[in-house]
Order: sequence, then structure tokens, then C-alpha cells
Amino acid sequence: MSGMTLDGTAPAAPRTPPLSQIGALGWMRANLFSSWMNGALTLVIGYLIVRWALGFFDWAFANAIWSVPNNQTQVCRDLKGIGACWAVITEKHRFILFGTYPYEQHWRPALCIVLFVALYIVSAMRRFWRKELALVWIATLGVIGVLMWGGVLGLPYVPQERWGGLVITLILATFGLAFAFPLAILVALGRRSKLPAIKALCVLYVELIRGVPLISLLFMASVMFPLFLPEGMNIDKLLRAQIAIILFAGAYLAEVVRGGLQALPRGQYEAAEALGLSYWQKTGFIILPQALRLVIPPLVNTFIGFFKDTSLVLIIGIFDLLTAGKTAIIEPAWQGFGIEVYLTVGAIYFVFCFAMSMYSQRLEAELNRHRRS
Amino acid sequence: MPESVTDPRQLRLPPKRPIRLSWSDERVRGIVWQVVVVGIVGSLFWWLWSNTAHNLAVRRIATGFEFLRREAGLPIAEHLVDYNPTDTYFRALLVGFLNTLKVAVVGIVLATILGTLIGIARLSRNWLLAKLAAVYVEVIRDLPLLLQLLFWYALLQGLPGPRQAMNPAEGVFLSNRGLKLPWFEWTDAHSFALLAFVLGAIATWLYARQATAKRLLDGRKRPAWPFALLAMLAAPIGIWAVMGAPFTPDIPKLRGFNFQGGLNISPEYFALLIGLVTYTAGFVAEIVRAGIQAVPHGQWEAAQALGLHRGQVLRQIVLPQALRVIIPPMTSQYLNITKNSSLAVAIGYQDIVSIANTTLNQTGQAIEGIAIIMLVYLTISLSISLFMNWYNGRIALVER
Amino acid sequence: MSATTEYLASAVRVDAPPAILLDKVNKWFGSLHVLRDVCLNVATGERVVVCGPSGSGKSTLIRCINRLEIHQEGRIIVNGTELSDDIRALDEIRREVGMVFQSFNLFPHLTILENCTLAPIWVRNMPKQEAEALAMEYLTRVRIPEQAKKYPGQLSGGQQQRVAIARALCMKPKIMLFDEPTSALDPEMIKEVLDTMIGLAETGMTMICVTHEMGFARTVADRVVFMDQGEIVETGAPTQLFENPQTDRLKLFLSQILRGH
Repeated sequence: MSGMTLDGTAPAAPRTPPLSQIGALGWMRANLFSSWMNGALTLVIGYLIVRWALGFFDWAFANAIWSVPNNQTQVCRDLKGIGACWAVITEKHRFILFGTYPYEQHWRPALCIVLFVALYIVSAMRRFWRKELALVWIATLGVIGVLMWGGVLGLPYVPQERWGGLVITLILATFGLAFAFPLAILVALGRRSKLPAIKALCVLYVELIRGVPLISLLFMASVMFPLFLPEGMNIDKLLRAQIAIILFAGAYLAEVVRGGLQALPRGQYEAAEALGLSYWQKTGFIILPQALRLVIPPLVNTFIGFFKDTSLVLIIGIFDLLTAGKTAIIEPAWQGFGIEVYLTVGAIYFVFCFAMSMYSQRLEAELNRHRRS
Repeated sequence: MPESVTDPRQLRLPPKRPIRLSWSDERVRGIVWQVVVVGIVGSLFWWLWSNTAHNLAVRRIATGFEFLRREAGLPIAEHLVDYNPTDTYFRALLVGFLNTLKVAVVGIVLATILGTLIGIARLSRNWLLAKLAAVYVEVIRDLPLLLQLLFWYALLQGLPGPRQAMNPAEGVFLSNRGLKLPWFEWTDAHSFALLAFVLGAIATWLYARQATAKRLLDGRKRPAWPFALLAMLAAPIGIWAVMGAPFTPDIPKLRGFNFQGGLNISPEYFALLIGLVTYTAGFVAEIVRAGIQAVPHGQWEAAQALGLHRGQVLRQIVLPQALRVIIPPMTSQYLNITKNSSLAVAIGYQDIVSIANTTLNQTGQAIEGIAIIMLVYLTISLSISLFMNWYNGRIALVER
Repeated sequence: MSATTEYLASAVRVDAPPAILLDKVNKWFGSLHVLRDVCLNVATGERVVVCGPSGSGKSTLIRCINRLEIHQEGRIIVNGTELSDDIRALDEIRREVGMVFQSFNLFPHLTILENCTLAPIWVRNMPKQEAEALAMEYLTRVRIPEQAKKYPGQLSGGQQQRVAIARALCMKPKIMLFDEPTSALDPEMIKEVLDTMIGLAETGMTMICVTHEMGFARTVADRVVFMDQGEIVETGAPTQLFENPQTDRLKLFLSQILRGH
């Protein structure tokens, strides 16, 4: 069709839209000032943000004190409310990261932290999603165990009571996930089983654990586990808390895995059966690989939840990152600087959780794209 | 020959199947598996149980719930019902339970309101507002709740003492001993008025339903607001007036080192409430946002093309669909607030967990103490779950 | 289909015992009686097409043959072995009976080659190289050997269904079941799948096929079975059934589906 209009005249040449509609100006018009109320809102919010940002900058940087000699915190106290006392971090950062681990051996927990982060990063990359990843996990966790305890390879032995800080948080979360995940898969499969006794056991486990707060399980671990074991057999506090966290995580992860098993189309189950595969062959080769891949974003979100929940061990006296922070300000010299310490500890948690959250959101977007195409 | 009306596929019923005793029979294998698994789990529990019984005997720890009748000797700072340390452990635990409810119920209401506002703000056309809400949600969700509670508590403890308390309004005082608000003396007249209000709300709801039913029959609109005004406003006020219209204000006054009178909100309760509300609101915001976005835009367009105005579109088309998506995860969040309130023990608010913990420390009966805690929470969880299942069944979309 | 289409020579071996024997088979879904006293003999090498309106039980019938559905009354005997709760008998039967589904059901996380070699390796304990050679042979037979390393999501519907046929054939079954294999395909891809099935029929495979493709039935089927409301109403050679329907129900069904042509 030639470009003739209905009345026979030649059509006007295409024009660019007016200047106020495009570019930065256009974007601002649409998003910030699209109506009177919108514009007013933008101005109010903008003003508040700027004012608060300036105030925070003053407190956190301009008037802040970065270090004090020899615990002389009077100068910090004089500035309370006006300037932050980051000296508490300068003084206590090793305590917050490593707890009461012997000073000269701090390289060991530091290396462990690096190993944990590396493990997370490797597990996140899709090209490593193969069966060998399980071996990598086992090997890394083994190395971390050796590093922390010592006693072999010329490393001096460090008893568990002296472990503390960020390392404990990472240990509780990672070992928790490592053991809870296989448990969760078994429980999810059991819950979908046709055998009534097995299904009932799995349902009971999941509903019981999900109905009670984590604190009650930690209390149970700390006061009741010693009663459950025969006399003479002792497991230390960290292991007890770890078991409670594993049981807790297992129930929540089981629900996530079950969602994946349900989402898989029945045709996959049938095709596998029609080929003559046995139950375990079918589950291992066909069902689980697909179901687990379907639910990775919710799995990551659940893991973020656990990572934060490990902070609850503060209540039963285990020295994790948050406990270290809280303990750092018990000393009379440093009392009252809770805000600075909690902001720092919060920043550490935030870095981990935010990274995982961004990863999970990006992964979900990618998986949705693939599924639609 | 005319076809019979009944479907021939509904004439006969299936027979029963006998079982064959052989390893190749699927059902026999199933039974063996179940026996093995139950056996393993059962023996594990039996082993734990026998150890426990032995240990309890050796350490001479009492068992049973007799201790509930003993005097508690436990001071409790905040109590909704009368309590003093000479009351029984049972009463102490009851007070703790009511404290838990106090923070959970108020927390649920406030978190829902705040979360809904933030969720709607996330979808605002104003980029600044939307981004601000997004940042709030992301930051809140990436920090542990316990950390946030400790932070708020530290903040409140950093406030000046009662003598230098902040006084933003007449009768309102904020200090490190808590928030004091002016209140009034609660008499029977007020109780009856409150009762009248609740009954009036129920009556209004029934009236509105009837009005809708009648409207469907004859098409005439019957506004419900005059009735609402009468039942929920005029009637309670009337009752209060009739019973003498009592109103004695109770303003907090500084006496010595603290305030007397007025409504007292302790820093522990306040910190716990703020922490729980701001934390849960982040999750509620995401749920509300997902719910609103779950309704395809085409629904709005189709409804408006039919001539429905915005209010009707919301009520009849959009909200019912959005609520289907919102309510299940929302109830899960309500459950979470209730469970998370157990963190009160970390900042010294005496909820059921805190009091049960002290009880088990004093009596040495750890198993009973923890069992009480779990029982309380399990009951709450299961009731909410049952309600959820019933509700889901009722509103489920009918599909092929 | 034109009237001059040649009919495939019958491969039925009348001397051998029946490949599939259904004797008064009854099945219920809850209280709905979906298969009513179904009796059917399929000889080795015979090609049977099952047709009928939706809800007639035709899919249920063939799904009972490899026990994806369980019948409650009557006997089903496949290659001399009776279907029952006996798991070992069932494993044997599933090795000898291949199935092609309406929605292909390929395993999306495995390559085409892996889809085909999975069962031979893990069920027939074939060494991997042998299994791969076998898979390539069948993929060549269905004319898509070049797709072996691709994933199902990268193939068209017609190609996926051909892979599904190759996957079932890799188990060297004696009987092939087809559950509406072309119903989920776009029209232009139906022909390639039907051609593959015709090629398969030429090799003498025992086939039971639930389909609406009447042209295919005329070309390939030795026998057509018409089902309605759970029972077999009429059977016979395709020409006889389509040109000379005896019962009213078959006449009604034919008028409904032939309206489209």
C-alpha cells in the first residue's frame, strides 16, 4: 500500500514526539510529576530524604569518632547523639568476627569464612549443578572442620567453647542446610507416598515443627537433649543447637520440595513408569532433578530465612555473630554504644542476605523466561 | 429403541480385591516397608524415652504437672489480669499467655495496615515512592528479626529518663521507662457501650446483606449507612449517656522517679511491637503487591467496559480475585507474628515463653515446661491451619 | 484420503498365541463404570485402531494394558503373562510394551540421546555404548538423528513426538501402544508422525492406536474397534466399519467426525 491518506493527499512525514515527552525530562514528568498530588508527594519525599541523609551523614561520618586510645570512651560519650562512636568497632571487630578464638590463630576462622563464601558462590553458578557438587560440599565442609578444630597437620587444637562470631553463624547455617536438605527430600517423598504409616509420620513431623517457634526447639536442644542421652554420653552445646536447626530447616525445606514434586506434570511420572523404571530409578533420574530445579528460588529464600534465624542461638547462650555484638557492649567502657554495633552487625547480615536475595530474584526471572519460550 | 436415561456407566459397583501373600505383591511390599520404618522410628523413640526416664530418676527431677498448683514466686511486670507473686504457676503461665496474645493481636492489626499501605505504595506511579517502599521491604527482609528487636530496644533505652522525658503533646510522655498516654477510668458504662458497638457492627453487617438480597429482587438501592450510624455510633453513645456519662480523665503525672497514672506502654512491649510490626509489614507488603498484580489488567478493562464504576469493580471483580491470592500467605504471616513474639524473652518482655522458661528453671521440670510452650503454639497454629483449609475450600475456583 | 490408497499387507501371525488378551475387563473410577465387560484379542503383528467419542474409555483401555490404570475385574494377559499385583510380572510386561503419549512426556532435563538411552541402560542393563548406538539407529529410523544432542525444548512438536516413538522403540518392545499421538500436534506436523507410525507398522510391530485419524486407520489398521460409554460396540476391518456401520451409535459417531472433512 502506498502511503496515501483517504482524501488523496500525501501523508505527513513522521515526526519525533515533543521534547517534554522524551529523555530525562519525559521520564521525570511521567514518574515524578504526573499530577499535582504526585508532584507534591515527590517534593515532600525528596525533602525528607535529603534532610535525613544529611543528618545521617553528619552522625555517621562527619562527627564520628573512629578510634580512642586505651578504652577512654569519655570523648565518645560526650558526643552521644551527635556523632557515632565507630571506635567500638575498631576495638571489637575481631571479637565480633571470631569470638574468643586464640588471637594468633585468627587466620583459621578467617580462611573458613572465605571458604564458606566461595562455596556459596560456586553452588550458585548454574554450570556447576551436577552430582559432583555434593562432593565439593563434603570436601569443603571437611576442610572447614579440620581448620576450626585443629589437632592435626600441625594445627593447634582449639576447643569448641572458644569458637564464636561470624564463623559460628556460617557454620550453623551451612551445616544445617547440608544435612537438612537430604532429610527434606526424604520427608517430601514420604509425604507423597501412598503408604499410610510413612505418610502419617512425615505429616506429623512437618506439622509439629512448623507449628512451634524455633526458640522452643532450641530450648529443647539445650535443656532436654542431655536428658535424652544415656549417662556418660555427652554432646556439646553447639552440636545440640545444630541438630535443632537441622530438624527445623528440614521441615520447612520439605514443604518447598513437596511443592516442586506437585508442580511436575503427571505425564513425567507416567512416562518414566511406562519405560519400566523402578520407584527409586524414576525418582532419582526423572522426578527429583526436575522438581528441585523448579523450586530453587523458594529454596534460596528459605535459606535466607535460616541464615537469619541462626541469630536465635543468642537466647541459649551460643556465641554467634549477634551474640558477639551484644557481648561486645557489656563491658562498662563500651556500654550504651549498641546502635553502632548493631548497625555494623546488621550490615554484615545484610551483605549476605541481600546477595542471596538478588540471586534468587534473578534466577526466578531467568527460569520464567525459559519456561515461557 | 429409546435409550435409557441413566448412564450405563453408573449401574454396577466395583468388587473388592483379595490380597496375596508374596514378596512380588505391591501391597505386601508396602506393608513391609511401613513396618520397618515405623519399627526404626519407634525403637529410636523408645531408646530416648528410656534414657530420659532413667536420667530423671537419677537426678531426682519431679515429673507431672503438680507444680502448676504451687506458688510461683515470680514477679511479672505487666499483666492483663490481676496477678501477684503468691499466685500459682498456672496463673503465671496464663498471664504470660495473655501477654503473648496482647502483642500478637495488636501486632497483626498494625502489621496488616502498615504492610498494605507499603504494598500499595510499591505499585504507585510515583517512582520515588515506589522505590522507597521497595528499599524498605528489601532491607527489612534481609536483617534478622532478633537484631531488629535489640536495635529498637537499644534505641528506646537510649531515651532520656522520666525527669527529662519528651513531651510531644499534652499528657503524652516518652522516656526510657516507656510511653505514657492519657487514659480514662474504665467503668461499666464503657463496657456496655463497647458491647453495644460490637453488637451494632454485627447488626449492620446483617442488615447490609439483607439489603443486597432485597436489591437483587427488585433492583432498588437501600443504603446501609443510616443504619450503621444508628447501630454503631448513636446506640453506644446513648447507652453510655443513659448510664450517667462517666468520664474521669487519667493524666500521667511525674511523681518521684516515674510517672503515675495514665496508660503505660512499657519499653519492652513497645520495642517488641515496633520490631514485629515493621518486620512483618515488609512481608505483608510483598503479599499484597503480589495479590494486586495477580489480577490481570484485562479484568479491570472488561469490568469498566461493562459500565461498572471503580468502587464496584474493586468490590465485585478485583478484590475477590486478589484476596484468593493474598489470604493463604497472609495467614501464614499472622502465624509467624505469633511465633516470632516468642523472641520477647530476649528483651525482657514476659510472654508465655519467658515465663515458662523461668518456671522450668525454678522447678527443674524442663520437659513439662517446654511441652507447655509447644502445646500453646501448636494449638494456635493448628486452629489457624484448620481455618485456612476451610476457607480455601470455600473460595476455591471451580475448574474442570 | 484418496480411495486408491494401498492397504498395508497384513502381518498377523495366526498360529501364535494372542499378544494381548482382554477377558471381560471391568474398570471403575470411583463409582463410575468406565470399562464394561471389554473383551478383545490382539494377535501378534496385528494393528488395531481404537476410536470413539470422548469419555468412551478408549484411553483408559490401553492405559490398562501397561497398568498405568488398574482394572478391577476380568483378566488382561500380555504376551502370556497376566497383569496383577505381582510387581515382577509387571516389570516384565513394561519392558515388552512401549507407550507413546499424547503430550509426548519427553524428559526435558535430558538430551534426546539421553532420553532414549536411559531405560535400556538402567532397565535392560545395556552397556552405554551399545545403548547409544541403538538410540542413534532408531533416531535415524524416525529421521532425526541430527537432533541427538539437543534438548526436547528445542524441538518442534512433531519432532518431539517422533523422539518419543524412538525412545519407546529403544526398549525393543513387542507391542506398541499409542494414546492419541497426534492430537496435540499442529496440523502440518501430523503427517510426519503418521508416516513414522506407518513405517513402524511395515516392520510387523503389534500396534494398538487410539486416534481420530481415520485415514491412518484405513491405511494401516487390520482392525478398527469402536467404543462408546465403556464398551466395545463394533469391530471389523476398516473398510467394512467405515462404509457399512451396523449400529446407530457408530453411524452417529462417523457422521460427527466426518462432518469436518
